Amino acid sequence: MNNIIAMPVVIPLLVSIILVFLRPFIKVQRVLSLIALVATAIVSIYILNSIQMNGVLRLDFGGWKPPYGILFVADSFSVLLVLTTAIVSSIILIYAFSSIGRRYENMFFYPFVLLLIAGVNGSFLTGDLFNLFVFFEVMLLASYVLITLGGKKVQLMESIKYVAINVLSSWFFLLGIAYLYGTVGTLNMAHLSARIAEVGQGPLLTIISIIFLIVFSLKSGLLLYFWLPGSYSAPPTAIAALFGALLTKVGIYALFRTFTLIFYHEPSITHTLIGVMAAITLVGGSIGAIAYQDIRQIVSYNVVITIGFILVGLAVSTSIGIQGSVFYLVHDIIIKASLFLLAGTMIYLTGKTSIEEMSGLIRNYPLLGWLFFLTMLALAGIPPLSGFLGKLYIGQGAVEAGSYILLALAFLSGILVLYSLLRIFMNTFWGETIISEEDEIPLRKGLLLPCVLLGMMTIALGVGAEGILVYVEDAAYTLMNPEVYIDAVLEKGK
Amino acid sequence: METLITILVGVLVAVAVYLLLSRSVIRIILGSAVLSHAIHLLLMVMGGLKKGGVPLIGEETENFADALPQALILTAIVISFAVTAFLLVLAYRTYQEAGSDDLQELRGFKNE
Amino acid sequence: MKINDVILQTITKVVVFIILTFGVELFFAGHNSPGGGFIGGLVLSSAFVLLFLVHDIETVQQGIPVDFKKVAATGVLFAVGTGVFAVLFGSAFLTQTFLTVNLPVYGETELATVLLFELGVALTVVGTVVTIILSISEDV
Repeated sequence: MNNIIAMPVVIPLLVSIILVFLRPFIKVQRVLSLIALVATAIVSIYILNSIQMNGVLRLDFGGWKPPYGILFVADSFSVLLVLTTAIVSSIILIYAFSSIGRRYENMFFYPFVLLLIAGVNGSFLTGDLFNLFVFFEVMLLASYVLITLGGKKVQLMESIKYVAINVLSSWFFLLGIAYLYGTVGTLNMAHLSARIAEVGQGPLLTIISIIFLIVFSLKSGLLLYFWLPGSYSAPPTAIAALFGALLTKVGIYALFRTFTLIFYHEPSITHTLIGVMAAITLVGGSIGAIAYQDIRQIVSYNVVITIGFILVGLAVSTSIGIQGSVFYLVHDIIIKASLFLLAGTMIYLTGKTSIEEMSGLIRNYPLLGWLFFLTMLALAGIPPLSGFLGKLYIGQGAVEAGSYILLALAFLSGILVLYSLLRIFMNTFWGETIISEEDEIPLRKGLLLPCVLLGMMTIALGVGAEGILVYVEDAAYTLMNPEVYIDAVLEKGK
Repeated sequence: METLITILVGVLVAVAVYLLLSRSVIRIILGSAVLSHAIHLLLMVMGGLKKGGVPLIGEETENFADALPQALILTAIVISFAVTAFLLVLAYRTYQEAGSDDLQELRGFKNE
Repeated sequence: MKINDVILQTITKVVVFIILTFGVELFFAGHNSPGGGFIGGLVLSSAFVLLFLVHDIETVQQGIPVDFKKVAATGVLFAVGTGVFAVLFGSAFLTQTFLTVNLPVYGETELATVLLFELGVALTVVGTVVTIILSISEDV
């Protein structure tokens, strides 16, 4: 029995329910939720190592053998993401302790964060398409609540669009599932893959695959990112950081899973389409990132650029390209959390959101300034920070596949990312100091510590890339060779 | 029978699209609700309409109906129920705060 | 304006119990015939909603001093709890089991853990539905 692989979902879920009963005890809530996330991280490290030893793990719920029952499948790709999610979200939680405020904490903030994490982890781990839909909904419902929590006017106005778009894309997801079930007669991902490999991916199945492409693009913000900058700018910093770091990544994960495991037979149609979409996303995101003055908007457009960048790896679909994407995905969860937290801290300290109105912060808050600088370098992919290796591999993959346009766009966007963040850095940290010593709001340790932790993680991930590379290689290997996954689930050998 | 239901699904989707394209929030919510029902019906058709007995142990029939689409629909209905309820409350709160249910006036961030 | 709803109030007193009984009946029809936690829970919550409609919210809450958010949470706790319980016995997560016992009056009866799971579902549904209705109607 591999009951352990259900734990990344069960622990946050159970604790989130228990926290509902502990509503008046805020301190207990904080401690318990942090413990839950750390425990999830520890469990996923254990799972990751046991995958290295025993191959892909699976757990049949209630003992119903696949393809009849629902199951969880843990391969290196999903567990790597679960691990990063757990670590980063616990760091964001530390930030939330000192920034979110009593009002939010009273309105079930912690239970919903844990529910969100349970949904995210479930989406990463599930091996059944319909179950993926359900976990998506768990995650989205928690995110709907988190984005509207507090009920400020701007929040409500932005969230109504966010919710409407996501509800619509959920129904399209269901539509795709209905068609797929009608055509192939199963929803277990491994079984789907085996059956489609048997009958061949005809035009009908390719069209169904494009429905899934649209759905996951809406969720991840690939090309269809119009809703993203607005709704990620509205909620408080800690929540925005959770969204920016995690939510789009789940969409990207689903794209990778479906287009490497299930619909990989017609790359000339589907993967070309992904490539085109990634290219437009890169261009659009870059334009957005350099066009705005509002620091939150710039940061949100940076999320968009990264989505395009990671999907370049899937579009070229070479082994090294996928490796790059997996690595970059892990790096990006960390670095986007860091970016959102830093931007939020700057807004908190100055009370302004436009970069024109801030100046000379480096004299008041030197550590914050250098942390921002570090994050910027990591995002731009300067070695030895964590962004470098992912960029290198994705570039190498693009060269191997001969898609030079994507390569050029990817690296051009990298320069524009650097420019957009350098603009923030120059405008806000350099220049004349506008905050005098007396007006200076003290930077609390609770706000600074998470940023420092994330900064250390990006250095560690860059310098110690060797250590994590084993897992990344295994993840890419499983993604490139669907048989590994299918055999683990359907037990062909026995 | 399948053809008829499929046409019905088409009609429902048309209604839903019409509602979704309007500017009033409440119509959009209704549109999403209609769309969800259209898709539940489609799921039903995709599983094949009644072809056998109740899929329970102890029933004495030759072939059993496919129970999976029904399980899927039940789950999807629960989800659509929750989401629609949430959307309605959200729309109501937004109306209270912003004093309008016209999406044109609900642009959150003013674009520069 | 005071609405004259004597007839509604009188009938409700009877009807609520019929609905509640029907809800419980549907709930127990559960796992071997049409029915189950979700449907049962919906019917049960419709009884509560009827009460809220006929009497005002304060009166009902005095009669039923329950926090329905906590009811929902208890429900989820039950549902997930049965899954975790299976883990403690070394079988796969969410494994259900049943045993047949001879009850004095009832005769041969099946006691299944899935009933606990269904109870969780029913409680969740009741809690959620009533919470939704209350949160919409409270500030009108």
